[in-house]
Amino acid sequence: MSATAANRELPGIYHKAGSLRAERRWALWVAYASLTVAAIIFLAPPFYMLITSLKGSAEIAGMTGSPWLVRNPTLDNFVAILTSPMFQRFMLNSLIITGCVVAITMVVSVLAAFALARMRFWGSQALATGVFLTYLVPDTLLFIPLYQIVGGLGLLNSIWGLVLVYPTLTVPFCTWIMIGYFASIPKELDEAALIDGATWPQMLIKIFIPVALPGIIAATIFAFTVSWAAFVYPTAFVTTPDQMPLTIGVVSQLVRADTFAWGQIMAGALMAALPPVVIYAFLMDYYIAGLTAGATKG
Amino acid sequence: MAADGSLAGVALRRGAPNSLQRFARRRSSIALLMTTPLLVIIIGLVAYPAFYAIYLSMLNRRMTEFVGTLNYEILLESETFWMVAFQSCFFAITAVLLKALIGFWLAHMLHDIPDKGQRKWRGMLLVPWVIPPALSTLGWWWMFDPSYSSINWLLAVISVPEVPWLGHHWWARIAIIMVNVWIGAPFFMIMYLAALKSVPEQLYEAAAIDGATGFQRLRYVTLPMMANIISITVLFSLIVTFANYDIVRVLTNGGPRDLTHVFASYAFQVGILSGNIPRGAAVSLFMLPLLALCAFFVLRGVVRRNKEQM
Repeated sequence: MSATAANRELPGIYHKAGSLRAERRWALWVAYASLTVAAIIFLAPPFYMLITSLKGSAEIAGMTGSPWLVRNPTLDNFVAILTSPMFQRFMLNSLIITGCVVAITMVVSVLAAFALARMRFWGSQALATGVFLTYLVPDTLLFIPLYQIVGGLGLLNSIWGLVLVYPTLTVPFCTWIMIGYFASIPKELDEAALIDGATWPQMLIKIFIPVALPGIIAATIFAFTVSWAAFVYPTAFVTTPDQMPLTIGVVSQLVRADTFAWGQIMAGALMAALPPVVIYAFLMDYYIAGLTAGATKG
Repeated sequence: MAADGSLAGVALRRGAPNSLQRFARRRSSIALLMTTPLLVIIIGLVAYPAFYAIYLSMLNRRMTEFVGTLNYEILLESETFWMVAFQSCFFAITAVLLKALIGFWLAHMLHDIPDKGQRKWRGMLLVPWVIPPALSTLGWWWMFDPSYSSINWLLAVISVPEVPWLGHHWWARIAIIMVNVWIGAPFFMIMYLAALKSVPEQLYEAAAIDGATGFQRLRYVTLPMMANIISITVLFSLIVTFANYDIVRVLTNGGPRDLTHVFASYAFQVGILSGNIPRGAAVSLFMLPLLALCAFFVLRGVVRRNKEQM
């Protein structure tokens, strides 16, 4: 009690005002120090994967010296992985699946979001809430019944089975953030269009899609990264290597192949991780907008 | 004449609502058409499977007979199941707490440095979130490798004895949490940074004039303004972490001796790998109560936030 009272006396305030700059400098120093430590820890695993992928098998098997340094860098692992027909197959499968899923997701969610944001109809509010709820249902809750359903359709061990189920991962969130983006477009814009005699589809294509383009890009990036990284469904539904996408292909097939192929495994993992990382590097602002939109918008 | 007039009147009166009605009908039918694909996906691939899972979980192993709650009873009596339940809760709670704390700290640190540098740092620190989790976990697995662990090598430099990362179940649990925190902390950081930036500067100015200390600013300005985002993020992360599968599958695959299984990986093991689909469905359905509770509060938070912004 007396201590707090003493703090409120004038000398205390003078002291504080005098040291404001020093305090500011100290805060900056702490900030940079913590960020540096965090950056080192956050970037160490990918860096170590890169180091390993540049080592020859002999160097990895030798197990001497610092594992964090590479003495005889070689691109053999990357050459081996990129020329392996199995890995090329994984890559192709991932591209086909992701391409189809992104296309389906964007068509479905833009149409639905437009209807839900602008054309108020019976149950549209409840449906919007339902969409968000669906987003909260994790894939690990659904993979067993979906296994039965996909099996019943004869699509187990097929990339088309994955194309069928991946939209459950992407559509709810994309619809949700698109509702947010569409709702933020001023009403005057579509009233003007209506007066000019535009039909609803025209309004969507000529006004909403161009105006909400940043949102559409963010949603597309989200759909791409999610379907590229999906792991539970392909692990459950695909067991033949020629139908596997990259994630499960790298994890199950490369690891099984040879215990000492760590260099190749890491090269494969890095190559598989490259597309989302490249997209992130070039479209960081859209990526982050999509990430934070879920909670701050709509 | 009069009849004619009244007829014309009726026709007119009928004509106006008719076209309006038709317009309304057209608008709602277009809306219905536009939402149909979404409805098909939500009902056919989420709602129906969810109920189908409940039905499945009440069948016997060969799915020929209805056995009621037998699968649940067997699970509740098995020791492995309780271990799985404990591990799932322990993992989710510890990991989410750590992620939230680290994310909060880093968001503040990012907010403190000049705007110019923020982009660069933010770009670097989000990398763990961008790499597909299954693949980065593969990198971690190699770092934990018992014969040539690069982490143990670093620890040896500061003369810490070798850690049996994936060999001992407690270390394996810690390893799983470490990887999850590594992947998830950047997400919290980004969310909190966005929230921090949305706190009006005037509030801090007013607090400064009133002579608030740094801690008071945090306690009475920042935290109340961020409370909703914090709770939404934490609950959302609790759902995702509790239902996590990738990390356990790649890092330990449940071992050593099934001691690191979480609900998702155990359901996978029982349902898909051992072919007991009904029991697997029962295992995964045990996640439902906690997930439903979290989902309810997330939804409430989001709705409240929407009202605030309107």
